[in-house]
Formats: sequence, structure tokens, C-alpha cells
Amino acid sequence: MSLYTLLGALEIGLIFSLVALGVYISFRLLRFPDLTVDGSFPLGGAVAATMIAAGYDPFTATIAATLAGAVAGLVTGWLNVSLKIMDLLASILMMIALYSINLRVMGKPNVPLITEPTVFNLLQPEALADYVFRPLLLVFVVLAVKLALDAYFSTQSGLAIRATGSNARMARAQGVNTGMAILAGMALSNALVGLAGALFAQTQGGADISMGVGTIVIGLAAVIVGESLLPSRKLYLATIAVIVGAIVYRFFIALALNSDFIGLQAQDLNLVTAVLVTVALVVPRLRAHWSGKKGA
Amino acid sequence: MLKATDLRLTFNPGTPIETQALRGMSLEIPTGQFVTVIGSNGAGKSTFLNAVSGEQRVDSGTIEIDGIDMTRQPVWGRARHVARVFQDPLAGTCEDLTIEENMALAKMRGERRGFSFAVKPALREEFRAQLSTLGLGLENRLSDRIGLLSGGQRQAVSLLMAALQPSRLLLLDEHTAALDPRTAAFVLELTVRIVAEHKLTTMMVTHSMRQALDVGQRTVMLHQGRVVLDVSGKEREGLDVHHLLDMFEKVRGEKLDDDALLLG
Repeated sequence: MSLYTLLGALEIGLIFSLVALGVYISFRLLRFPDLTVDGSFPLGGAVAATMIAAGYDPFTATIAATLAGAVAGLVTGWLNVSLKIMDLLASILMMIALYSINLRVMGKPNVPLITEPTVFNLLQPEALADYVFRPLLLVFVVLAVKLALDAYFSTQSGLAIRATGSNARMARAQGVNTGMAILAGMALSNALVGLAGALFAQTQGGADISMGVGTIVIGLAAVIVGESLLPSRKLYLATIAVIVGAIVYRFFIALALNSDFIGLQAQDLNLVTAVLVTVALVVPRLRAHWSGKKGA
Repeated sequence: MLKATDLRLTFNPGTPIETQALRGMSLEIPTGQFVTVIGSNGAGKSTFLNAVSGEQRVDSGTIEIDGIDMTRQPVWGRARHVARVFQDPLAGTCEDLTIEENMALAKMRGERRGFSFAVKPALREEFRAQLSTLGLGLENRLSDRIGLLSGGQRQAVSLLMAALQPSRLLLLDEHTAALDPRTAAFVLELTVRIVAEHKLTTMMVTHSMRQALDVGQRTVMLHQGRVVLDVSGKEREGLDVHHLLDMFEKVRGEKLDDDALLLG
């Protein structure tokens, strides 16, 4: 594997670590199985690409994409909390609704960003090549998001969200408006996914209507791989684990697809993902099995 | 002060499994009083407690706490005034959060939750001091996940949590029923101490007649969704479990006669 593909894998891994953090918030902290992600990721891309193509400043476009993701999460939360639609179904409804919305936002199936400015080429110093600078900038973005999340979830309001996911009845008895906590958590989760979509569109040369397919699987894969590499219930370690999981996952994909001796091709991506997630799910159990035998 | 007036609640109305859980249930608990509530299965004890806490909406009647009408308030809206300890030791705490995080949640019960850190050094010291009164060594385990604690330990922490923030009413829902006898005795002792220390207005539902007579100042018996016996003061002091059982049989017997009349 060349340095170029290595840095490319790191770049995409870092972007998807934002998705993975979002998925961690919904699936693990709120225990809300949220598939909205498959729609809010391309929504972020669509909003950012369309705005940049229309001449808006890329930073404004990226913030708008993040907010659009938050709104998508809010709607899913609202379907569940106010209309009492089962969580998984609410998110599926939102996911398919977003397919049409994304087409409306872009006005066509894809919006290319070839010569337009992006947050990456605006910030890039002369001395660094773009494929070196992009992952570097993303490391800072992801770390900043991680630290902000760690801080938020140890505040009173963040604790209320975690309590809602862990024991909603207890949370209500302590005066937590659990409906609002779900809305806030879902908005935060999908805002991160929208941000990831916006950054993805700006590194990959545009937004495409199909760019969201399987986002949730990648996000969950990252969470699961991370948890099996670094099992911890402590929040600041769990967020690190999720980020590492997203990057490791991406490296394995790159390794699998770029190693001629294995003979895999780009169309085998989903199969490789399924195998990787299966391995990540089975390894912790095997580890427990082996250590159990040793102890006996 | 709790004032529940003419509460009525029917589960599954209009179906073959229709159950009238509350049938004109009224109860007043003056400020500072510790009331124990007994009754057979299906008498409406838990339904009444859930109605007061807000988990169960009533069909009619009113619930007032210190003159504030709570009848239509959701659970989280009442939490400012009502503290609660559940029967299931796992229900009153968040197993994924640490001991100090659980206590921090309870410290803010009913308050607006902002963006300042939930566990601050001063709070941590307060929690440590509170936990040390339990004598369980938990004061050294503040950052342990509460899921690592035993049921009895979690119930003891739940009681502490209920008293961290002032409340107008403390609800105890058979909170010793799921514990082994020794732990149950410890938790009950702790309950009496905390209630006395904070002069809490308390309603304790229990399945044990012995317990109902041993603690508190007043005992109420529920049957078929309303109060059928209400003893306090001198009258209650002389009572023993078999007296209660006799009264209980009498109440049930009369009800049986009523039904027999209806059927006849």
C-alpha cells in the first residue's frame, strides 16, 4: 500500500469517525436505533455542495450542512417522542424522506465540486500537499469534536441525555424531560453526521445522491470495531475507541482492496465490511471464552 | 402535604378484562407525617403510588401537593416536589453511570439542567460525606459504575439520592421487598433515619404488616381501590399484626357478602 492510499484511508477514516461518534450517541448513549444517518450524511453533503456551487463561503456551507443534519435528527426524534412511532421505524421513515429531500436540495442527482473552494483548499498552506494536509486538518477537527463531546456529556444537561438512554424511568423521576433529551441527543448525533457528509463532499469532489448508502453500517462497524479493540465504559475512552475503530476499519478496507494477492476488487467492499463486523463481534466473545478457560 | 381526592382509574374499560384499580380513593397526608400503606394484591397500592408520582394518569379526581394541583403534571414535572424510591433496586439508578454521576442527577432533581459540569469538587465532597454515613465503604468508590454494586447497596444509594434535594413528598414503593432480610432491615433502618433527619412527608407502600406497624406514625389499608382502614396515634400503638389481619379479614368478608348479595 502506498503512502497516498494510506493517507487516503486515514482521511476517509477520520471523516467517518464523526459518523461513528454520531452513531455512538444514538445507538449507545440514547439506545435509539437510528438509521436516519443514511439520509443525513448525504443531506450534509448535498447542502454543503449546493451552497458552495452557488457561491457561498465553504465555512458557512459546512455549518449549514451541520444544522441541516441536526434538523433531520430532530424530526426523527419528534416522530418517536410526539407521534409515538417506534424508534427504528421513525428513523427509516426519515431516511426515505431524506432521499427525496436530498434530490430537491441538489436539484439533480449530483453536484460536483471540482474548481470550487472548499474548507480544505482555503486553509491549505503552500508547503503541504493536499493529500497530506486534508488528514492533518481532519485530525484537529475530530479531536476538537471528541473533546467537546466528552465535556458536554459530563455537564448536567449531557448527563440527563445519558440517563435517559440508560434508565428513562429513573431519569423522569429525577425531573428529566426525557422527550426533550431524546430530541437533543438525536439532533447532536445527526449534526455530526451532517458535518461528516459536508466534509466528505468537499474531499471527494462533490455530493451524490447515493453517497449515503450504507453509512449506518460503516458507522456501526466503526463503533463495534472500536469497542472490541478498546473495551471501556468510561466516556472519554469510549469516544477514543470509536474514532480508532473508524480509522482501523478504513485501513482494513484499504488493505483488503489494495492487496493484489487477496484478489478483492472495489465491488467486494460490502462483503468485506460484513466479514469485518462479524469478526469484530465474535473476537470479544472468543477472548472471554479463552480467558475463562485459563481461569478454570 | 399530599391531598388526593376521589381518584378513579379503570384499566381496559369496556373490555372483558376491565379492572377498576381506584374507586374513589382519597387520602390526606399532613406535612411531616410518615404513612405506611398496606393492602392485598390488586388493592390499588401501586396504582395509587403511580398516580401520585405521575406515572399513571387518573380518569378523575385531583392530586394536590402543598396546595399545587399536580393531577395533569407529567412525572418529570412533579419531580421537583416528589422524590421516589422504586421496588426494583435496579430501577432507581442508572447502571451505566458512576455513583457520583447518579448522585449528581439526583442533586438536580426538578431543577433546570444547564451546561456546567455535573460533578464539581464541592459536590463530590458532599457525596463522599453522605456515602460514608452508610458504612458500606462506598465513599471510596465514587467513580465506580453503579451497576457494579449489589441490589442492597444500590437501594441504599437511592435513598440517599432521594434526600439530596428537598422534596415535599417521599414515595417508597415496597423498596425493601426485593432485598434479603438482613439488607431489608438495614435499608428500612436507613429509611427511618433519613425521614427523621429531613422531616420528610413520606408514603411507604409495603407488603409486610409488621413493617407497616413498626415504622411511621400512621397506617392505611387499601382494598378495592379505596381506603378501608386508617389508624394512627394511640389506637395504632396497641395494634399487632393479628389485629390488622382480623380487620383485613373483616373488610374482605364484608365485601364478599356484598358481592353475594349482588349475585343473589
